[in-house]
Amino acid sequence: MELTGAQILLESLRREGVEVVFGFPGGAVIDIYDQLPHYPLRHVLVRHEQGAIHAADGYARATGKVGVCLVTSGPGATNTVTGIATAYMDSVPVVIITGQVPTPLIGNDAFQEVDIVGITRSCTKHNYLVKDVRDLARVIKEAFYLASTGRPGPVLIDLPKDVQTKLTEYKYPKTIKMRSYNPTYAPNPKQVAKVADVLRKAKKPIIYAGGGVIASEASEDLAWLARALDIPVTATLMALGCFPADDPRWLGMLGMHGTYAANMAISNADLILAIGSRFDDRVTGKISEFAKNAKIVHIDIDPTSIQKNVPVHIPVVADCKSFLTALRGILEPALAAEPSTPHEAWTTKVMDWKAEKPLSYAQDETTIKPQFVVETISKLTKGEAVITTEVGQNQMWAAQFYAFTKPRSFISSGGLGTMGFGFPAAIGAQMAFPDRLVIDVAGDGSIQMCIQELATAVCYGLPVKIVILNNGYLGMVRQWQELFYKKNYCATCLDVAPDFVKLAEAYGAAGFRVTDPAKVESTLAEAFALPRPVIVDVVVDREENVAPMVPAGKSITEMILV
Amino acid sequence: MRHILSILVENEPGVLARVAGLFSGRGYNIETLNVAPTLTEGLSMMTITTTGDEAIIEQIVKQLRKLVTTLKVVDLTEVKSVQREMMLLRVDAEGQKRVEVLRIVDIFRCKVVDVSPDELVLEVTGNQEKLTALINLLQRIGIKEVARTGAVAMRRGMQE
Repeated sequence: MELTGAQILLESLRREGVEVVFGFPGGAVIDIYDQLPHYPLRHVLVRHEQGAIHAADGYARATGKVGVCLVTSGPGATNTVTGIATAYMDSVPVVIITGQVPTPLIGNDAFQEVDIVGITRSCTKHNYLVKDVRDLARVIKEAFYLASTGRPGPVLIDLPKDVQTKLTEYKYPKTIKMRSYNPTYAPNPKQVAKVADVLRKAKKPIIYAGGGVIASEASEDLAWLARALDIPVTATLMALGCFPADDPRWLGMLGMHGTYAANMAISNADLILAIGSRFDDRVTGKISEFAKNAKIVHIDIDPTSIQKNVPVHIPVVADCKSFLTALRGILEPALAAEPSTPHEAWTTKVMDWKAEKPLSYAQDETTIKPQFVVETISKLTKGEAVITTEVGQNQMWAAQFYAFTKPRSFISSGGLGTMGFGFPAAIGAQMAFPDRLVIDVAGDGSIQMCIQELATAVCYGLPVKIVILNNGYLGMVRQWQELFYKKNYCATCLDVAPDFVKLAEAYGAAGFRVTDPAKVESTLAEAFALPRPVIVDVVVDREENVAPMVPAGKSITEMILV
Repeated sequence: MRHILSILVENEPGVLARVAGLFSGRGYNIETLNVAPTLTEGLSMMTITTTGDEAIIEQIVKQLRKLVTTLKVVDLTEVKSVQREMMLLRVDAEGQKRVEVLRIVDIFRCKVVDVSPDELVLEVTGNQEKLTALINLLQRIGIKEVARTGAVAMRRGMQE
């Protein structure tokens, strides 16, 4: 049967199992929108294209499925770039469809023309400009395949207007094989055996888990390993939720704002099992001082992550899940035959670190501490909400004080650190899970970067909750200025701010303000119970800092604790 | 250290930009670059010479392999290989200089591919050292223009 390019696109999305498309129309995609009502796709009309890409990203992180975003050419396309880079840095599977000017006009500086393929080449896993409608079905198949396999990532398809209207015979490929793309999933068995061996011999082991554990759905296998060999677990920001916070082996996040226990443990370990993590500079601190006495085992599906920042003793190129399954296959019978020698001294030491300097704050009767707000959210939701964050202090407090129990429940821009991400991402997560409680822990700075999406949330009846930890500052930068720039608070004070309660109401959402510590819990509970989008503006201690903090360029054992 | 990388890629629009962008975006250096189609339809071979320590070269090779359009990357510095580069030179050859240039042409087995009253265009192939030596010699006489291809390379049949 002959279909137009627009019909091919929509039919292919349907066959890929896409249920939701986040988008914003424009001249170069009208033909797609013209056909959209004929297909079983829910379209979420955002209010800014950045909202569309972040929402598609949030949807993907919450579900593990590919998020889809549809925008027009030129400014529509460039408005997604920050979101594409965000998804790329955090390895999130997203397919972005951008309209493009008709092929005869490409290169002519036509109205709303931009070389989006050129612009996004370095922040997509791959991208395509489809000039011939006969290539379209294959390109869409490839795009979904590339986005969701190997190390996941965003893939962009640029679709000129004339290609959307051209007719061609439609045949959607069932399977795909690309001669130039074959990610390695199965680990080398010899390497797995080596890892099993060093793990059993280690006296001071630690697991350092990263986003790959979440992406490959390997959390349960990881928990099995940690419990079977009694190994303490720390994780990156991207991996929060991969190990239950109520397990005594959980040390919390490591790195610049990591816990004392996690940073001390990884610095003193004799064996680090780095799985699906990439030794980011926010994790390692001063690289020459990082875990000097440890043997490092590194499992990653992306070979470029291995040996990039630190020398690795046992590299394993594999999918985390496949690796952990293979490892369990060796360890389970081995442990049954001969139990591992316990490393009690190490466990005791790690527990001492945990007890010695836990994450803490001092809540008094007058001023609300931001940490207290996050802890209250954690308590009210029993660690079972989907938490998204903006970027800055709000993000770190959410990471530190929310007790995550499940993977895919913490959604935050880790690699790129994109302010404005959390709210649209929450919209994406809420579209995926209409019945779950989705909460964006925000700052008064970040929330203003994509605040226009309140209209989207109201329009689609998405009961997303925004909790603003309002300190009237761009708090994280202010914290750096306080600690390292002699309190020169240049351009960080947000003394002119909207009334967030009225703002919420203006958009048709509900708004609450809390200033009294005694009212935090009751107000949050009331807000969470409302079946509508809500902003809770919590006025918090203005100059509270995120602690611990490792100053940039210092070893992660050099923590500022208060 | 200088490395010669042989990169087999899909011959499609934007591939060169992907490779070149990878080098510039990650702060690697391209010394020379050469691309041409292979015998297999749809595939091209790139030869890139670059410099860097072991860790950097390892990253470059891995990053190149990661590109979706790349099929194969070989560091030819790690195996026995032959390397050649072609160069065209426009040389001053007025009066007395002509004889001297032609003598050098002979020694270096160059070809004279264009003749005019006061200059000659020479064609020469060889490895980088040979071409550099030739340039050094001819510079004393006067080189007006140089065009070089950058290295192409291939592994030798007999590896030890």
